[in-house]
Amino acid sequence: MVPSISRRAFIKGGLAAAGTVAASGVPARAARLDERRQLATLLDISKCVGCEACVEACREVNEEKKPDPRKPFPKMYPPRVKVEDWSDKKDVSDRLTPYNWLFIQSAAVEIDGKEKTLTIPRRCMHCANPPCVKLCPWGAAQQLENGISRIDADICLGGSKCKAVCPWSIPQRQTGTGLYLDLLPSLAGNGVMYKCDRCYDRVADGELPACIEACPEGVQTIGPRPEIIKKAHQLAKETGGYIYGETENGGTNTIYVSPVPFETLNRQIEKGSGRPHLGSVAATMEQADKLVTAMLIAPFAGAIAAVGKYYKLFKSTKEEGAPNE
Amino acid sequence: MNKDPLNRITPKKRTFQYGYAALILLLALSGFGQMPIFKRYYIADIPGLGWLAKFYVTHYLHYLGAVLLIGAAAYVLADFLLSRRKTLQLTPTGIVLSALLGGILLTGAFLVLRNLPGFWFPPGMIIVMDLSHLIGVMLFLMATLYGILFKKSWTIAVHTHMEKE
Repeated sequence: MVPSISRRAFIKGGLAAAGTVAASGVPARAARLDERRQLATLLDISKCVGCEACVEACREVNEEKKPDPRKPFPKMYPPRVKVEDWSDKKDVSDRLTPYNWLFIQSAAVEIDGKEKTLTIPRRCMHCANPPCVKLCPWGAAQQLENGISRIDADICLGGSKCKAVCPWSIPQRQTGTGLYLDLLPSLAGNGVMYKCDRCYDRVADGELPACIEACPEGVQTIGPRPEIIKKAHQLAKETGGYIYGETENGGTNTIYVSPVPFETLNRQIEKGSGRPHLGSVAATMEQADKLVTAMLIAPFAGAIAAVGKYYKLFKSTKEEGAPNE
Repeated sequence: MNKDPLNRITPKKRTFQYGYAALILLLALSGFGQMPIFKRYYIADIPGLGWLAKFYVTHYLHYLGAVLLIGAAAYVLADFLLSRRKTLQLTPTGIVLSALLGGILLTGAFLVLRNLPGFWFPPGMIIVMDLSHLIGVMLFLMATLYGILFKKSWTIAVHTHMEKE
């Protein structure tokens, strides 16, 4: 049986369908992140002497944010879930740990025929579009309006997804602390993830991050991203240097300028767990983001298919009824 | 066998139903895969399910599933408004499922927007949206299961409904 459709019903139905498409296809106006409000840091590697004053300052200033795990740790199921405990190794400073958010990497290189050891302060890159924040299932990893990304230790469950999706595997886990202890400690969660929050609280009070303030050599400069990028290019041009962090992972808010290519540095530094690389990184979120266009087209395609079907039906009804008109 | 032409399961309808079920399964798996649970609980160790532990893969597949769901939802909604408004009406189960699906699509759209470079939302708002999306999906799956177990469909033919009343 073919239901009959009048011209009026067709137009009425068409308008309703158009309204549906319009409602589903219009994305809400969201807050555009103003690049000028994003704070970036410029690190001039040639100035760093590896004194670790920044490392010490970071530890001291952020002492209160560090984990204080409850022991013994709850028995976790299944047994493949491993405890990650750094509470007895708080002094480790040659890699990233839940207690050490900044460390110095060194690379033996040759500059103008002379052998030299370059030292590089390493911490979270504070990506402009941070996958740790965007892919955190609970919103425990957060990006502030000034571009700083931080992990809220009060709500992080320590699933370590942020570390898995971070191109530099920056966040580090401490078992036995955080919200999971009050939920299902044996079955879900495994502590809290920790990483550099670029002293967001100090920055909010108009102060400098501790590592920048403590540096006797003025290795780091902080400022709005466009200005820092400009400065980095200027410095690289003046010194014949190389830039890292501007385009990596789609752009970060940590820009390094080095007198030697980063491929060379990356070969020379010690890499591994808690010791991030300096290799090139494609924009990790970009692949899926390409599907957003398809998401915008999809409601129109669906509605057009329905209208096409309806029009076909309308036409056949009209043809069937034609002799009687 | 249902003799009502409006409720009769045609091969086309059956294909759509299977396609819809497969799509919901893909979205549910890739969605729950956003949480680090499949590796922990050995599910990703099952041959063929290793992708469930790869966050960028599940993220991409979730987006792909969302494209198909949005297209299908727009088709069904437009088709209903155009030609079935007078012959079909939503059952209470259908109303609940539609409302939940609408909520899932809206919170999902927000999260997609949030994931785009250059977009920023207050962290508290993101937590609310993340949890609303997850809770919405869990309720939707429960309502779907209820519909399957108790043979409740989304719509009912208007005259059948009236006859029953």
